[in-house]
Amino acid sequence: MAEQHSVEIRHLDLDFGAVKVLQDLNLDIHEGEFLVLLGSSGCGKSTLLNCIAGLLEPTDGQIFIKGRNVTWAEPSDRGIGMVFQSYALYPQMTVRGNLSFGLKNAKVPKAEIEKRVNRAAEILQIQPLLDRKPGALSGGQRQRVAIGRALVRDVDVFLFDEPLSNLDAKLRADLRVELKRLHQQLENTMIYVTHDQVEAMTLADRIAIMKGGQIMQLSTPDEIYNRPRNKYVADFIGSPSMNFLDGHLENHVFKRGDLVMPMTGYEFAAPKVADRKATIGIRPEHVITGELVQGAPVKSEILVDVVEPMGSDTLVWGNMGDRPFRLRMDGNARVKPGERLPIGIDPSRASLFDASDETRL
Amino acid sequence: MAIADTTATDDRVADRPASAKKPMRLFRNLMPKLALTPMALTAVVVFLGGTIWTVVYSFTSSGLLPRLDWVGLEQYDRLWSTTKWIVSIQNLALYGFLSLIFTLVIGFTLAAMLDRKIRGEAVFRTIFLYPFALSFIVTGLVWQWILNPDYGVQGVVRSLGWESFTFNPLNNPDIVMYGLLIAGLWQGTGLIMCIMLAGLRGIDEDIWKATRVDGIGTVKTYVQVIIPMMRPVFVTSVVLIASGIIKLYDLVVAQTSGGPGISSEVPAKYVMTAMFGGQNLGQGFAASSMMLLGVVIILVPWAFLEFGGRKKRV
Amino acid sequence: MSDIGMLNTVKAAEDPVRRRLDSGPRGARPKRALSRGNIILYGTLLVVSLYYLLPLYVMIVTSLKGMPEIRAGNVFAPPMEITFQPWVKAWAEACTGVNCEGLSRGFWNSVRILIPSVILSITIACISGYTLSKWKFKGSDLFFTILIVGAFIPYQVMLYPIVIMLREVGNTLGVQLFGSLTGLVLVHSVFGMPILTLLFRNYFASIPDELFKAARVDGAGFWGILFRIMLPMSLPILVVAMILQVTGIWNDFLFGVVYTRADSYPMTVQLNNIVNSVQGIKEYNVNMAATLLTGLVPLFIYFVSGKLFVRGIAAGAVKG
Ligand SMILES: Nc1ncnc2c1ncn2[C@@H]1O[C@H](COP(=O)(O)OP(=O)(O)O)[C@@H](O)[C@H]1O
Ligand SMILES: [Mg+2]
Repeated sequence: MAEQHSVEIRHLDLDFGAVKVLQDLNLDIHEGEFLVLLGSSGCGKSTLLNCIAGLLEPTDGQIFIKGRNVTWAEPSDRGIGMVFQSYALYPQMTVRGNLSFGLKNAKVPKAEIEKRVNRAAEILQIQPLLDRKPGALSGGQRQRVAIGRALVRDVDVFLFDEPLSNLDAKLRADLRVELKRLHQQLENTMIYVTHDQVEAMTLADRIAIMKGGQIMQLSTPDEIYNRPRNKYVADFIGSPSMNFLDGHLENHVFKRGDLVMPMTGYEFAAPKVADRKATIGIRPEHVITGELVQGAPVKSEILVDVVEPMGSDTLVWGNMGDRPFRLRMDGNARVKPGERLPIGIDPSRASLFDASDETRL
Repeated sequence: MAIADTTATDDRVADRPASAKKPMRLFRNLMPKLALTPMALTAVVVFLGGTIWTVVYSFTSSGLLPRLDWVGLEQYDRLWSTTKWIVSIQNLALYGFLSLIFTLVIGFTLAAMLDRKIRGEAVFRTIFLYPFALSFIVTGLVWQWILNPDYGVQGVVRSLGWESFTFNPLNNPDIVMYGLLIAGLWQGTGLIMCIMLAGLRGIDEDIWKATRVDGIGTVKTYVQVIIPMMRPVFVTSVVLIASGIIKLYDLVVAQTSGGPGISSEVPAKYVMTAMFGGQNLGQGFAASSMMLLGVVIILVPWAFLEFGGRKKRV
Repeated sequence: MSDIGMLNTVKAAEDPVRRRLDSGPRGARPKRALSRGNIILYGTLLVVSLYYLLPLYVMIVTSLKGMPEIRAGNVFAPPMEITFQPWVKAWAEACTGVNCEGLSRGFWNSVRILIPSVILSITIACISGYTLSKWKFKGSDLFFTILIVGAFIPYQVMLYPIVIMLREVGNTLGVQLFGSLTGLVLVHSVFGMPILTLLFRNYFASIPDELFKAARVDGAGFWGILFRIMLPMSLPILVVAMILQVTGIWNDFLFGVVYTRADSYPMTVQLNNIVNSVQGIKEYNVNMAATLLTGLVPLFIYFVSGKLFVRGIAAGAVKG
């Protein structure tokens, strides 16, 4: 039997008037998976999540949850819980009231409500807050309550819409770890929207990178980082972003002026890739510097422009010929602006894209 | 494998029964549609339907009862050859013009004075605004009494020794509209003052610092800097004042009953008399359609200003 | 014409009034406490205040004098001998035509008009505003635009068609609508609808959508969200709407004249009939007592509600 799918999305279209926000979108999410929808602001992540939740009606296409067609079902009948960026707690109710509101609507018996609220409060460590109003809570506490509201309803799928974006950096990091722990504990399917790639990389079993209402790539964080499917994904993931150099691919050798790079060790998508114009992408952190340059498969050099020491490592902004080129060095590297810095490149860790359609070669 | 992942839409969809059917358009989200019905009916039947009905019947000979008996523009011809209507229009034009100017000037001046970090601002504001809480009937009656020739302003001045003093607007056809104006301004300037004051508070305090640094005088600053910055507030005020003026009715009824003679008649009163007093519906419909036209003439440029302004700002 | 421009105006009128009146004066700072400019400033304000206060003063003093004293003096003279007789007469004995029951009858009529009108108009407007902000459907904004444009149409244009509608609907249902208090209540609800709907729509629109979405995920429906989530958050706007409607309906004259009969005239209409009646000698003290009595309800609301009133009239000002 094929893998059990928790959420399946088929040929989903959604228009706001003339604007097509989602276009023929397909997505299968496995049971118990932590899937992150990642993309820049306005690419349709929230729209997709709202469609899954039933808060927006798709123009066309179908949505299945646990094998059931829920395309036209009410949000509360879909077995989903949702957590929002602004917490969206009911201000006039206590925390207990917030947690039990959904259960009361579902006519769950009082004793059962009590039990579930207490269990959720225990998991999230918010028992002392149960009788407070949301206004008296800190941001982190509010978001915990919001998660609790989804938790008590014992749902199949959790939906998160940028739940950590309103928190400060430290809290965000704490809650991120807590979310990961929660997922390990509950083993529910979770769909998590964010524009923050650190959140995506750390939390996800798989990441779906979105752009313009379509999914560019759906893979594990490792795949996305190391083998981006196209130039957009390659550019989007990683900070600072990947260096791109235009050139030619001839007989599996990338050439750009003096730079000649036999692509030994590089996994091509096909056994034989025809000669063409191509772009090579090299992550700043994969550039070889220092003594190791001697042993590098390909050697070159850059002219250093700006040096940014970050403590743990050093960012170097320079130029390779007429192209800007960034690289990340060890924290105690000594480099000065104006210096010519020898570098080495390992083709097996680079990414090669077709220059015209920008797909991975 | 990873690359294939994205395109992995397996074809089980095809053999999966489409269990959830798309509900019929009309019945989807039925409750909101039901809930909006009273409002939608009001908008379409009363406001839109009623307006169209009146305009249509203004082209008929309706007298005691509405009748669909077309007479073209006859009612309008009669309207514009009726002295009372002409007087009404002239009165409204005079009252409207003066009321607009004075309300803006007084409203702005009071607001500017209250904005100068004075003590007791709240008290003054309360005093200037309370007449707005009162009805036009109350306003009209109290000013009728104050302007009473024997016991009111004229009587007081005369009793002080100035025997020849005359100020008797309510019995003098030439100045009766000014008597109404005094009462109208008393009732309505407070609102405009409030709106202007809010507009002044919205102006960046740094503007005042800048003009002080540049050595520009206070009055000059108001005229050359502040007022131009308050254009939207003035536009709002003009629309409010204008749409109030065209409805002028209760005040006249209470203060002068249109007299002396017909010298303080206004269009709204003309309509009321024709429809409910004179059994002359066609005239009432034609006159109210003319009022509608007046509103359109005011509103269309305003809507244009709003949109023009918006586009420029973007 | 779209409603956007109109909304903007209302916002320009309402928002700044609400927020900025609290924010303290901003104008140039007067230099010294007793500079010449300051004397002129305060002097002018005091004189203008007298002009605004004068009618209130005149109403009060006139209503407390006897007729002989009025004939002997002038409107501004304070009463030498205070009498409450004019108040008693205005309330219980003043005549309109053959009917000599005083203003009390109009007062109770107004109360009987006011309460159901306020409840009905606010209920409809609240539900409509909620639907328009959180449950939009295709065409819902079109109805709203018509409604708002309708707010600018002179009432005279719609008076007669409404007479016919009330008569016809009344005949169909077998109840009297035209000429009855019920009919007037409906009319007040209709004409209060644009501004109140706008008020509620804007208020509900300012409540975050995410809250609404969370409630839907929690299984609350159309009414559940309104009653359990939205209304508990809406007390201030309900008070503003009430102030707006109570003063507006209490002060109405036109609809009272057109849609009711003599025995159910509201207070304003009866007041006008008492004061402007051509029969008998004029009793100015009784007239002023009656006038003041009619003004008491809105004045009371004005002085009690303070800032909320300003907010209400600023929002209601579109009504013109
Ligand atoms: N109600 C709406 N009406 C019109 N356009 C909308 C609406 N909601 C969202 N959009 C548009 O849809 C696109 C996707 O929005 P969204 O899903 O919120 O993006 P994000 O990925 O940032 O969550 C945006 O360009 C946005 O402008
Ligand atoms: Mg979003």
